[in-house]
Amino acid sequence: MNMMSDMKSATTCLLEMCDEHFELEDYQSGVPRWCTGCGDNAILAAVQRLCRDESLRPEKTVFVSGIGCSSRFPHYMKTYGFHGIHGRALPVAEGVKMARPDLDVFVNTGDGDCCSIGAAHWIHAIRYNMNLTVFLHDNQIYGLTKKQASPTSPIGTKSNTTPHGSYLEALNPLTVTLGVQNVSFVAQAADWIPEVLFDIVKAAYHHKGLSFVRIIQRCPEWLPKSLDPWMHDPNKVLLLNHANGLQPSAGLSRVYKNQLEHDPLNMDRAREIASNTDIIPVGILYNNPDVPCYEDLRHSDKLRTPDLTRAGLNAELDKYTVWPQGAEQKVA
Amino acid sequence: MTHHPAATILIGALNRGYGKNMNEMTTQKSLKKPGSKTRLPAGGKAAVKLKEHIVEIISDSGEGAQKCGQSLGAIAAQMGNGIWTTEIIPAEIRPPARSVAGASGNRIRIGSGYITNGGDETDLVVAFNEQVLLGRVRAKELKPGCIILLEDMWRTHADPKIVASYIETHDKLVAAGYKVYEIPMERECRTMVADARRGKNMYALGMLCYIYSLELKLAVDQIILAFGKKDQSVVDSNIMLLEAGQKWAAANLDFCYSIPAVRSTEPQLVVNGNTALALGVLASGMEICAMYPITPATSASHYLSEVFEKVGGMVHQAEDEIAACAFAIGASYASKCTVTITSGPGYSLKQEAIGLAVMGEIPLVVVNVQRGGPSTGQPTKMEQGDLMAAIFGSHGDAPKVVMAPGTIEECFYAIITARKIAETFNMVVVVLTDAGLATSQQPFPRPVFNESWMAPPVDQSPVPEGAKPYDWDENTGLARRFIPGQPGGMHTLTGLAHDRDSHVAYDAEINEQTLRFRSLKLAALQKTLKAPPVFGAPKGDLLVVGWGSTKGAIEEAVETMRAEGHKVSSMHLQFLQPLAPGIKEIMQGFKKVMTIESNWSDRPEDKIIDESNRRYSSMAILLRSRFLIDIDCWSEVKGQPIKPGTIRRVILQKLKK
Repeated sequence: MNMMSDMKSATTCLLEMCDEHFELEDYQSGVPRWCTGCGDNAILAAVQRLCRDESLRPEKTVFVSGIGCSSRFPHYMKTYGFHGIHGRALPVAEGVKMARPDLDVFVNTGDGDCCSIGAAHWIHAIRYNMNLTVFLHDNQIYGLTKKQASPTSPIGTKSNTTPHGSYLEALNPLTVTLGVQNVSFVAQAADWIPEVLFDIVKAAYHHKGLSFVRIIQRCPEWLPKSLDPWMHDPNKVLLLNHANGLQPSAGLSRVYKNQLEHDPLNMDRAREIASNTDIIPVGILYNNPDVPCYEDLRHSDKLRTPDLTRAGLNAELDKYTVWPQGAEQKVA
Repeated sequence: MTHHPAATILIGALNRGYGKNMNEMTTQKSLKKPGSKTRLPAGGKAAVKLKEHIVEIISDSGEGAQKCGQSLGAIAAQMGNGIWTTEIIPAEIRPPARSVAGASGNRIRIGSGYITNGGDETDLVVAFNEQVLLGRVRAKELKPGCIILLEDMWRTHADPKIVASYIETHDKLVAAGYKVYEIPMERECRTMVADARRGKNMYALGMLCYIYSLELKLAVDQIILAFGKKDQSVVDSNIMLLEAGQKWAAANLDFCYSIPAVRSTEPQLVVNGNTALALGVLASGMEICAMYPITPATSASHYLSEVFEKVGGMVHQAEDEIAACAFAIGASYASKCTVTITSGPGYSLKQEAIGLAVMGEIPLVVVNVQRGGPSTGQPTKMEQGDLMAAIFGSHGDAPKVVMAPGTIEECFYAIITARKIAETFNMVVVVLTDAGLATSQQPFPRPVFNESWMAPPVDQSPVPEGAKPYDWDENTGLARRFIPGQPGGMHTLTGLAHDRDSHVAYDAEINEQTLRFRSLKLAALQKTLKAPPVFGAPKGDLLVVGWGSTKGAIEEAVETMRAEGHKVSSMHLQFLQPLAPGIKEIMQGFKKVMTIESNWSDRPEDKIIDESNRRYSSMAILLRSRFLIDIDCWSEVKGQPIKPGTIRRVILQKLKK
């Protein structure tokens, strides 16, 4: 082997990586076709900023989505993207991560995609706790199919399928997620507070394990005023702060005075905070870095060479082989 | 199917099935009296030479009949006999003891020559109780007058109802002409071990070794192989029971057979279809199998779970069938081709995800071990009902490759071929096996590993400047896929219609073009296929066409009929989509063509069935529409492999018409 040249190329490679500098444009692809004022735009901006700040290599980054307005997200990233089928973003992303733990994998999913048609996968994704960053774009309505109630629509929401108002209490994605075994990171952001949104996106990215970020976002087209009470009254937002969580800037604290020091390792308190729907908690509710990741539990450190396969296969074939007389045992 | 354990059903079955033979057949054979002069002493009886025999060992679940049967098959294979073993599986894990539907065991066809299928009816059966035997009688699996070795402990059971049921059944079987030997298996075993339930199967194996003149040493080897890991006392006690069974049979039975065999000069592999599939996955270089438990596919994943990690692979048990397929697709998209293994209902659930793989041109191998359908159907039974779903499944035009191995050996190689096709054409390849292949064993030459079976390493080289993620070739529709990690290849794969840049195409024109490209890939594959071989002469009166697990039975029937002078041949298709070239020309060499399949077709004799409404069996529909030839069909959906004797009758009838 030519060790010297290998080492040289490895060094050159490292140097090139250090030199590498990315701009926002390096992650931008096309012009988003979301409505003006749609919360998806804010999420896209925060995520592109994260990619730039973290110098994520575009070819080593994958955004996986399902179906819905939010699931168009990957099309606007100049990375690898997978815009799949309704509800199945999580299992697709799990497959990607299992096969390629070297890739940074993000998931963009909506309230219909995640909490309705893909709800089974949501529960199990939390339990697998693979190292994925999951953004739940929660606008409490089906947008792409034109205004039908979603599981997170507040009770009484008038929509095309609930013209007299929706009948059921909204599902709370935070308490559901916090109720699943192996949950390791749960945060909530609001699209109209971009500073916190970015900080949460960043913390979620750095968490090892599945980070579940619910982003409450506006739908100017179908539910234009539904979030106004929270947007217009900063006191209806509860900012969570902690030395191990987020520390809001002085400027932000001047606007959002309603704050709570919350230790993200305190699960009971997290569930309590998450249960409050009158006031929107914003920040990191739960963060436990010690939950094992499925891909680590299952990943093989064996180097898959033809020789390994040959040996493994032959060992198995030996168990079921009937040898000709006089030729007992092992073939070379 | 019979589900009611009422004795009246038995009477009905006996009358319908074998009642006619009642007076012609011999009545109960009494056990040979000790010291009888008409026979040689133990071990020295003249063995009657047979060309082949079909043996069943049946018991309640958990009494070890399966193990006994598998061992018998393995021993016969080692002697050089051709064998085909079929599991007899109750649908429930622990059906009630002594229940008609609860028969668990194994059926072994042993022959002098190569055996390609389970054959016709059973010649000899060992039954641990009379109720499980009834299930087999009613299913008409036993040959009229066949030998029955029946555990006799029930005759003296404490429960008078059991005694009555035993005596009633016994007497009826005798009256119906079966040669019933009552064997004190329990009593004999109890002289050696405290719990006869554990070990009676080895006693039975010993008897069978005597009956078929098999080397006892080979049976001892089987015991060591099975129990070697446990302590020596288990091995010793099983060997003791084995030897006792052999001795008892030698001293007490008035018959003994030998099925001459020639040992193979090549190493042979003896596995069932599901194990062969799993070994194929191992050999193909695939690294991930995502699955959800479903009968009868699961045993392939069980075995794979045990061995895959040894070569760096993993089996992911997903939360549902859809997730299993999506997980496999995600892994395939980012790395090497992966496989998902399922059965009918699971295959239905995967349809939307399969369509995504077709649209995104992601290589994927989907194994469907077919079972009885529709809906939950008959989970443990054999059927070929999913061919149409495999070819036309998923909404819209979703071209995918469909293959069907016809033998256990082909199960192994089909997976390797499927992986290769999936990655070469960036297509979904569906491999259809069935419950029959899944649970049957047949020896085949031990595969010799070839590096070319394995997937090449994942391409991570930079993509050339200007290259597009879907740069379809005008003639073949082929495009090279970009894999995450490849610099310059960034694009968003989408299930929406898309252009060469993988940009969403709102334009109907582009949509139509891409439909064309995805379809062309099938044609490109078709150009590489060879015409299927014809079994028998290339011209004649009748060509029988089959696919999948019916291969052995069809060819056996054709072979015997050809020997009798009938001008019949057969052709077995391994590729069902695309159909290989040359099929039409082959069919044109015959006056009549018919398919024989195990999926539903309307019965022409039914009152309201005529040519304007008759639904043909699946492959007949395919061949008729493709080749505009008036192809007839015959099908049977009895949950059991079609027997060569049945096929023979069907062919004769067709030739007469």
